[in-house]
Amino acid sequence: MAFHHRPDAPELPDFSMLKRLARDQLIYLLEQLPGKKDLFIEADLMSPLDRIASVSILKQHEVDKLYKVENKPVLSSSEQLCFLVRPRIKNMRYIANLVNADKLAGRTRKYKVIFSPQKFYACEMVLEEEGIYGDVSCDEWAFSLLPLDVDLLSMELPEFFRDYFLEGDQRWINTVAQALHLLSTLYGPFPNCYGIGRCAKMSHELWRNLEEEEDGETKGRKPEIGHIFLLDRDVDFVTALCSQVVYEGLVDDTFRIKCGSVDFGPEVTSSDRSLKVLLNADDKVFHEIRNEHFSNVFGFLSQKARNLQAQYDRRRGMDIKQMKNFVSQELKGLKQEHRLLSLHIGACESIMKKKTKQDFQELIKTEHALLEGFSTRDSTSYIEEHIDRQVSPIESLRLMCLLSITENGLIPKDYRSLKTQYLQSYGPEHLLTFSNLRRAGLLTEQAPGDTLTAVESKVSKLVTDKAAGKITDAFSSLAKRSNFRAISKKLNLIPRVDGEYDLKVPRDMAYVFSGAYVPLSCRVIEQVLERRSWQGLEEVLRLLNCSELAFTGGTKDDKAPSESLRLILVVFLGGCTFSEISALRFLGREKGYRFIFLTTAITNSARLMEAMSEVKA
Amino acid sequence: MNRTKVDEEEYWNSSKFKAFTFDDEDDELSQLKESKRAVNSLRDFVDDDDDDDLERVSWTGEPVGSISWSIKETAGSSGSNHEGREQLKSRNSFSYAQLPKPPSSYSLSSFFRGRTRLGSFQSLSDALTDTPAKSYAPELGRPKGEFRDYSNDWSPSDTVRRLRKGKVCSLERFRSLQDKLLLLEEAVSMHDGNVITAVLIFLKRTLSKEVLFRELEVRQVALRHLIHFLKEIGDQKLLLDLFRFLDRTEELALSHYREHLSIQDPEKRKEFLKTCIGLPFSVEDAAHIQDHYTLLERQIIIEANDRHLESAGQTEIFRKHPRKASILNMPLVTTLFYSCFYHYTEPEGTFSSPVNLKKTFKIPDKQYVLTALAARAKLRAWHDVDALFTTKNWLGYTKKRAPIGFHRVVEILHKNNAPVQILQEYVNLVEDVDTKLNLATKFKCHDVVIDTCRDLKDRQQLLAYRSKVDKGSAEEEKIDAILSSMQIRWKN
Repeated sequence: MAFHHRPDAPELPDFSMLKRLARDQLIYLLEQLPGKKDLFIEADLMSPLDRIASVSILKQHEVDKLYKVENKPVLSSSEQLCFLVRPRIKNMRYIANLVNADKLAGRTRKYKVIFSPQKFYACEMVLEEEGIYGDVSCDEWAFSLLPLDVDLLSMELPEFFRDYFLEGDQRWINTVAQALHLLSTLYGPFPNCYGIGRCAKMSHELWRNLEEEEDGETKGRKPEIGHIFLLDRDVDFVTALCSQVVYEGLVDDTFRIKCGSVDFGPEVTSSDRSLKVLLNADDKVFHEIRNEHFSNVFGFLSQKARNLQAQYDRRRGMDIKQMKNFVSQELKGLKQEHRLLSLHIGACESIMKKKTKQDFQELIKTEHALLEGFSTRDSTSYIEEHIDRQVSPIESLRLMCLLSITENGLIPKDYRSLKTQYLQSYGPEHLLTFSNLRRAGLLTEQAPGDTLTAVESKVSKLVTDKAAGKITDAFSSLAKRSNFRAISKKLNLIPRVDGEYDLKVPRDMAYVFSGAYVPLSCRVIEQVLERRSWQGLEEVLRLLNCSELAFTGGTKDDKAPSESLRLILVVFLGGCTFSEISALRFLGREKGYRFIFLTTAITNSARLMEAMSEVKA
Repeated sequence: MNRTKVDEEEYWNSSKFKAFTFDDEDDELSQLKESKRAVNSLRDFVDDDDDDDLERVSWTGEPVGSISWSIKETAGSSGSNHEGREQLKSRNSFSYAQLPKPPSSYSLSSFFRGRTRLGSFQSLSDALTDTPAKSYAPELGRPKGEFRDYSNDWSPSDTVRRLRKGKVCSLERFRSLQDKLLLLEEAVSMHDGNVITAVLIFLKRTLSKEVLFRELEVRQVALRHLIHFLKEIGDQKLLLDLFRFLDRTEELALSHYREHLSIQDPEKRKEFLKTCIGLPFSVEDAAHIQDHYTLLERQIIIEANDRHLESAGQTEIFRKHPRKASILNMPLVTTLFYSCFYHYTEPEGTFSSPVNLKKTFKIPDKQYVLTALAARAKLRAWHDVDALFTTKNWLGYTKKRAPIGFHRVVEILHKNNAPVQILQEYVNLVEDVDTKLNLATKFKCHDVVIDTCRDLKDRQQLLAYRSKVDKGSAEEEKIDAILSSMQIRWKN
């Protein structure tokens, strides 16, 4: 039942090299400030840093004490201070306060700021304005690709989503282009390239420019990865807004997987302590259940428990010698498995408890109704009731967005009444959240014109496009219609299946949503890979508002080893969910591909909503 | 919400999805429990020498030696040494699953030695020597001055490219408006937001704001970068000027309104909200802003009053149920709950009375009843609950009516541990028979189940229910009496 790749599936490239590179770069940077120093680390960088370096490595390079960058007085007495931060204005103000306080006290120290993954001019401007430019030295630590698993690279930039898709700030595009450039230098050029979305297109162009500027590096290199696919998150918001029901996604929705590991609380560990657990292919139990629909997981775990019991039982009939063998060879593995098994059983139990309490079944039913587009009225009153009862604000918001996108916006009457009730239940300041959601195109109100017939709207579209020219083009999210229903029909996202959908033997990618819905993003990728182009998908592109934003490219290498042509790097700009990863792993298994995932961050519905929320929980 | 269990099953059966129930009696959970038992039974055997392949972790679960852990240590030891020692002492007793061993330290020299990889990868040392601008080889050794260009004759596109590489690059030579705009357009066409912002910082410094705004109005990508930049550095004044210039009145209003979030003092916040009232919001938002102001105004009055009452210790409700938090800045529904809890019987004229809140903020009936019910049920004030649903018609007959549906009433009552007699009364009011039967069974309202089965003439179901009630109980007797009754013509 677990995922086994076809015997002919290609091997994955070795991404551990990226960790070594990042570590070596950091060491190099630390050595630029010789002598003992205290290191101040931004909270968001701590987990990624933990994955590639350790305290002993930092100590070897004369880091004395470690501090978190936070709004507290600094107690360090070191003569040299080093700051490891994301390029954010508030970090600059923090450093400026510190340096200026030292100046006032007549104290001289050396300061170094290491920006990761790169510095921004706005940050330098603040340093200049605060009068400390020149007092601090600035460096960049281009650590932008963290391998979270054998097939998953994360840029660990959750702010990418808000910065680009809400604010329209393109500051991370260079970071993406640099990361892709690094990958092509390490793993060879990509013979085939596809992409969809404005950000994808811009990243691709900037990346190509980089390659041209530093021409020759990848020449003559054999490609290891045959295809690269870039996709903007706003091409498919629907998938990211759905409740996840494959195990890894459900664990993420329930406990929040952070930088590849999860904190299991006492309710899971059935002890008084919390446990931080790495979730990746090295965890043999997890590896087998991560992509499974949750309903299959119990069966698997109990089978596993029985096997384990049997293996332990074998020791009963053993003589001394066999027992010695058993202890020296098998016991350790069994114990490890036992530990993992009890953890995942605990996690399942805890998930079940939480989901039963929140009436998960009703929720899933509503989501499916929204996806399929039936009994919208019922769904609307379900959401209304959610709000009235002050059930989690994030959950209510998510359902409203799902309703909006699947229905091409809410009808004005519903929009107004849901919004009013939302503000009454969760606080008036969420007015700002609604404004954000509208700007990002996640929660909109149907304009009166939206009820026009197809022909009429086509005509009016032509007119407005021409009249407004450049301006609408640049700020199009307001005018964009999601067209989800039409896309769904065109791409067959709601499988029409007779009888019951057997989740134990999935027949398509829809299994990640209980057989109700094939993730739009994954379907687009599948279709393009099948065709090796966008040909025949023109209508879909039009409905996605991406007619001008889909592209193909690549180095068209005839010498590309056939092995490489079955390796596909998928780049999610704005985040991808574990459900999408599972769906594509499934597709890969069916077709003999292997997918590699590069995402700006792992995301899910709650993270999307929080990014849009003006009031931090 | 009035879908019954039966409906649900019908849905799952009629639909192609596998019914996936999160139900306690479900097979799968019992399967899970079984597995858990099995695994737990092995624990004794396994736990004896648990420590060998585990790493030490601290009390927070971070592995000792990890960076996150170490930071907490610094924080801890600089604060209180005693606590730090306590942590150290207890640390050994925690186990940690599955974190990688600290990676072997990698010396700098090996970085330059480089590595070859399956013949398909050029070594890093090559990479370092042949192109100094290699993105992954840090070019930090050299003094920054080397990048500074004194020649001042870079073309716009060269300038923009140098900016993208993070090099210091003077923009001073772009003095004519035309040159400035050329530079901006070059930056925009390269797509790097950081460079666009760098150029904008320069333009902001060297152009009057009218000219800057005018030019950005027709350059939307750059405009968005400027807006985001101003938001980030907190230049609220210029941001508002910009919105005013662009005639984006709603954004102007919202942006002004946003400032209230950073005002902590309730009085000052209230005064600030007052200044928001006249701003050019959309019609519906203007009403929300007005409500926000009125709500905070009320909350300040209620808070002062109640804090006084509570500290005086004379009011029973505050003695019995001390307030857990201040009501300031809470949402309207929370405020309504609070007022239903502490001020239920107050006349409409007082600011803190629920009826007053309902009128002032035009709270819909449904929402009001839901909230009042939850509050009164929490206090176990069953009379109030009863009164909430009693209406008189014009003939003077009383009738029970619930705008939220009685099935919902029952659930809320159950959540607040209402006694069976109370529950029973409301279960009986549920109109849909199947829903009623389900709820009655779920909440053990035996009489309702029995009577309903009798009314349905469903002998089989009654028989089945008999096995669920206690032996020798009054319920069993009642069932037996009904079953042996000759008056009923059973349908099965």
